Amino acid sequence: MFRAVTDEAKELTINSSRKELYGTSEPATRVTPRLGEEPCASWFMSDRVGNNGHLMNVIVCVKQIPDPAAPGALDAGTNTLKRDGKLVIDDSDMYGVEMALQLVDAAGGGEVNLVSMAPNSETSGMRTALAMGAAKGVLVSDPALQGSDALTTAKILAAAVQKLGGADLIIAATESSDGYTGTVPEQMAEVLGLPSVTFAKKVSVDSGTLKVDRQTESGYDEVSCPMPAVISVTAGVVEPRYPSFKGIMAAKNKPIEEVKASDLGVTPVGWEGAGQKISGVAQAEARQAGEIIEDDGEAFGKIVGFLENLKVI
Amino acid sequence: MALNNIWVFAQAANGAPTSATLELLTKARSLSSNVTAFMGGDGNSIAATLGEYGATKVYSVDHGSNLPGVAIASAMKSVIDGGDKPDLIMFPQNYEGRDTMSRLSVKLNKTVITNNIDIADSGDGVTTVTPIFGGNTLVSTTFTGEGPFLAAFRPKSFAPEASGGGAAAVTAVQVPDLGATGGAKVLAVHVEETTGPKLDEADVVVSGGRGLGESDKYVLVEDLAKILKGAPGASRAIVDAGWVPYSYQVGQTGKVVKPSVYIAAGISGATQHMVGMKGSKNIIAINKDKEAPIFGIADLGIVGDVHKVLPKLIEALKSR
Repeated sequence: MFRAVTDEAKELTINSSRKELYGTSEPATRVTPRLGEEPCASWFMSDRVGNNGHLMNVIVCVKQIPDPAAPGALDAGTNTLKRDGKLVIDDSDMYGVEMALQLVDAAGGGEVNLVSMAPNSETSGMRTALAMGAAKGVLVSDPALQGSDALTTAKILAAAVQKLGGADLIIAATESSDGYTGTVPEQMAEVLGLPSVTFAKKVSVDSGTLKVDRQTESGYDEVSCPMPAVISVTAGVVEPRYPSFKGIMAAKNKPIEEVKASDLGVTPVGWEGAGQKISGVAQAEARQAGEIIEDDGEAFGKIVGFLENLKVI
Repeated sequence: MALNNIWVFAQAANGAPTSATLELLTKARSLSSNVTAFMGGDGNSIAATLGEYGATKVYSVDHGSNLPGVAIASAMKSVIDGGDKPDLIMFPQNYEGRDTMSRLSVKLNKTVITNNIDIADSGDGVTTVTPIFGGNTLVSTTFTGEGPFLAAFRPKSFAPEASGGGAAAVTAVQVPDLGATGGAKVLAVHVEETTGPKLDEADVVVSGGRGLGESDKYVLVEDLAKILKGAPGASRAIVDAGWVPYSYQVGQTGKVVKPSVYIAAGISGATQHMVGMKGSKNIIAINKDKEAPIFGIADLGIVGDVHKVLPKLIEALKSR
């Protein structure tokens, strides 16, 4: 299943002078513990080859969502978000993919791999990430997963991470743009028994330790964290690259392994495992639009009058 | 099922409970007479206020240099294992609330329902209300199975109101051994200085968006906010672009504001943004694109160029 690191790493590097650093080792076979066993981080570390110049393997969680430009709709039967149309990569995940590619590049080698959970064997969003430079992915697609809550999603993605043999670092966005529950990265960390730093707005690796500026209500915290670890990154943490034509062509042939929930040993899933049910959907009271005027150069006066009426000025 | 025992994830800032904490305590005591505040840091200094808003008991956890979420979740689990089992834990929809409820949900194998604006106990089910599609649609979700139910609430969902209760009794809870999960440590804390009223408390908010064109035009927004004794805010787009710090962001992933007047300058009105400001009493929008969604909720909409309208407005207000 794993291809040699050399093939992938060359594709994702921007700096071709680094190429000679690659090709020294292939990921060792890693031991994958079953879910529910005592959390233990050591199995993640088995192919680390020291702090200097070791390969850095990163797994990015990629969500494929309905086009955010199109108006969202609920399925009348299930009251869940309709996901039967074409799906695209969640913009929020582009930052994680870019961050992963940059960290691997800075480490001098390694692989960026993907995990995703989506209906209907959807891979178009994953292909975007592969075109940016990721090497391969695991897609969990299974009708049984419909209605799954965030906790089940986290268990599924954690199991997919294990299926890939783990990584030094797992990156997710802080929340998806369609469901925005916002708990999956931290839940994955707990399932995997790993430390985590959420809301990372700046990330670097120093001697095998993550240095993260973590967003807070009033500013940010400087946080250090050993790897393996899970981080969630804010939008804007890096500038995502545009996939090159070569990258897009190469992505068509990169492997995506599709599995079912049962292949990963996660039960129960879907509504059965959700711990919640949709009990009603209602329209909120709509806010009415007021007066709309075209600026003729004097519209500022309208605002002054409006503020006067409200006694704000 | 009856909610006999409710916990509220409590937080303090500048020596006082946060407004989100007081909002949740107020709601919690309308659902149960047995309300516990569970907080990181020293509970003794704010036990009186927590009691005044309905907490009868406080658990406090000194999490040291650990990130709060993983440490407080482990402490919660140890108290639950020790026999004090809540039926519902209410979290604020913010960084630490999200982290804590996420860790705890795995430890307890319980679902989480986030982004709520209300909760009710009908006797045969506990149901939360979540706005979706920018707040156009309200989804009711009912917990199934046994508690503890874990729910997070958006800021300003409930109006805080003191009940006149006495100081709550404080019990210190130790952080259990976190093993590998406790690897992340806070090395330094940075506070971004702000002047003027706080964004989420200001009576007037002036926000800027990508329509400003470039970062040095944001000063127009700051000037107008200052004249109106308000706070400057921003759309996610210009925060992501690095024009202003995250603490300025209004919206789904930023601050929720409900000022008397909200002025949106060069903001088109993405769902992300509207969720954070559509509760404002009066909304003024200035945008070049007359099709911009923001005009759908504005009380006064000016179709025009912010670079022309704002300087004239600022000049007119200055000369008064």
